[in-house]
Amino acid sequence: MNVDKDLVAAMATPLVLAILADGSSYGYAILARVRELSDGELTWTDGMLYPLLHRLERLELVAAQWGVSEEGRRRKYYEITDDGRKQLAAQRRQWITATRTLRGAWGDPILSAGV
Amino acid sequence: MNDNNDTDLKIETWRAALLRNRAVSAPDVDELESHLRDQITDLEGAGLSNDEAFLIAVKRLGEVDPLTSEYARVHGERLWKHLVLADGGALPTRFGTMVIFALVAVVVIQTARLLSGYPQTEQPWFLRNLGFFLLPTLAVYFGVRRGISVRRWTVLGVVVAVLAIAANLIPHTAETDILVAIHLPFLLWFVVGIAFVDDPRSSGARMDFVRFTGEWVIYYVLIALGGGVLLGLTGLILTPIIPNGMGEVFSWVLPSGVAGAIVVAAWLVEAKKSVVENLAPVLTAIFTPLFAIMLVVAAAGYAIVGFGAEFNRDLLTVFDILLIVVVALVVYAISARPSEAPAGIMDVVRAVAVVAAIVLDLVVLVALFARVGEFGFTANRVAAVGLNLVLLVNLLGTIWHIGRLLAGRGRSLRVESWQTSYLPVFAGWLLVVVAVVPLVFP
Repeated sequence: MNVDKDLVAAMATPLVLAILADGSSYGYAILARVRELSDGELTWTDGMLYPLLHRLERLELVAAQWGVSEEGRRRKYYEITDDGRKQLAAQRRQWITATRTLRGAWGDPILSAGV
Repeated sequence: MNDNNDTDLKIETWRAALLRNRAVSAPDVDELESHLRDQITDLEGAGLSNDEAFLIAVKRLGEVDPLTSEYARVHGERLWKHLVLADGGALPTRFGTMVIFALVAVVVIQTARLLSGYPQTEQPWFLRNLGFFLLPTLAVYFGVRRGISVRRWTVLGVVVAVLAIAANLIPHTAETDILVAIHLPFLLWFVVGIAFVDDPRSSGARMDFVRFTGEWVIYYVLIALGGGVLLGLTGLILTPIIPNGMGEVFSWVLPSGVAGAIVVAAWLVEAKKSVVENLAPVLTAIFTPLFAIMLVVAAAGYAIVGFGAEFNRDLLTVFDILLIVVVALVVYAISARPSEAPAGIMDVVRAVAVVAAIVLDLVVLVALFARVGEFGFTANRVAAVGLNLVLLVNLLGTIWHIGRLLAGRGRSLRVESWQTSYLPVFAGWLLVVVAVVPLVFP
């Protein structure tokens, strides 16, 4: 299934923030995590993650630092900031409202199962 | 081994292709390369050949053009440096539109001049409304060029109309006439901003307008210098033939040049951006230290000696211009500074300049308040005290953010966002001087 481009774009910020909330990470690993979480159904042009990370850095939702990988490669690591956590919490509430509303409208069985 | 060299070579070519777009910096490409190499390693681990791994990894990373334009969207300041893109550009630089609007500006100013009989007779309304004859044309030019929405046209129209009513319905004295004449053009410059920026609430968009303003000033000064030389030579050449007609010639040429150059300079900023873009950082790098030295000397001098009898409106105006230039230099230099870079010597120089400016501003304010205490408020003193207070708060905020930057706790973006979020304060104060002060001092 291909998820609509606009929807992916809207999800990108909370998704990246949520992944970084579990611990600092770098681009390649973040994308691997996205693939894992979505069972490969969320497709994303890999490169587009980086401008997004830079935008989040600009907004001071994440902080970046150059480090070195195990193979000795230069790598930029990203870490969520306090502002980022606040933003994540706010976005999370919005998404919960959105999904709850949609489920209600669709009469989704998952809702009645209480998940 | 040979295969690895081959991959390195391909990566080198791919890097060069990305770097061709100036919105992408070398560290950005380093980051992407690190991703690419991770991906290649993984794909090779899954049994793919060197070549295959490279091709798939590059494909997954995305095509160069959409990727670089995404970087350009995030890093507006880099985009700004390269708005005239190699492939024809995001902004068409239409020469014809510019010429038409420059001519409109000329017609407007000459009509107003003829109606007022300037320079033979000096009607107070002509000088007071000078801003209206010069700047709305520029706002319309940007509106047309940007294709702004009907809603924004309405906002523009209403703002200009309200200002025009305020400037002309309120009875004026000779004093408030001059105050409005000075402040109105600056206020209208903010109105031009409404037509210029897409999203007035976005700090980045406001910063673009600030950068535009800086470069526009440079171009305008250059054109004015050229125009001055031209007029001077014209005078010298033609006076022997038409000894009595020169005043008439100048009263046609000079206002036309002043008005037309406003549009031409705006067009040049966008059409020939790379010229000034390379010049402006050099200018700020040269002049920030020089201004810092001058400010320190002046601040020390005036702090010790005080103003004494020398304090008058002309000197006050010079001080305010100086303070505005300091703010402009700092803003401009900060905006051209890579936001990721750690604090350096130039940040120290800027801090020194700002501290000296604060001292000078305080000296001015002390002198002003002494005046007010002795003689009471007049329209001029209210305007002066207000402007200096507005500048003082701005400078204090600036030094706070530069201080944090120097202490390694802040980021240069904060200085930028402080300045952009302060712009409405400037606009608000100008509005007060234009629309409220004349009411209070009839």
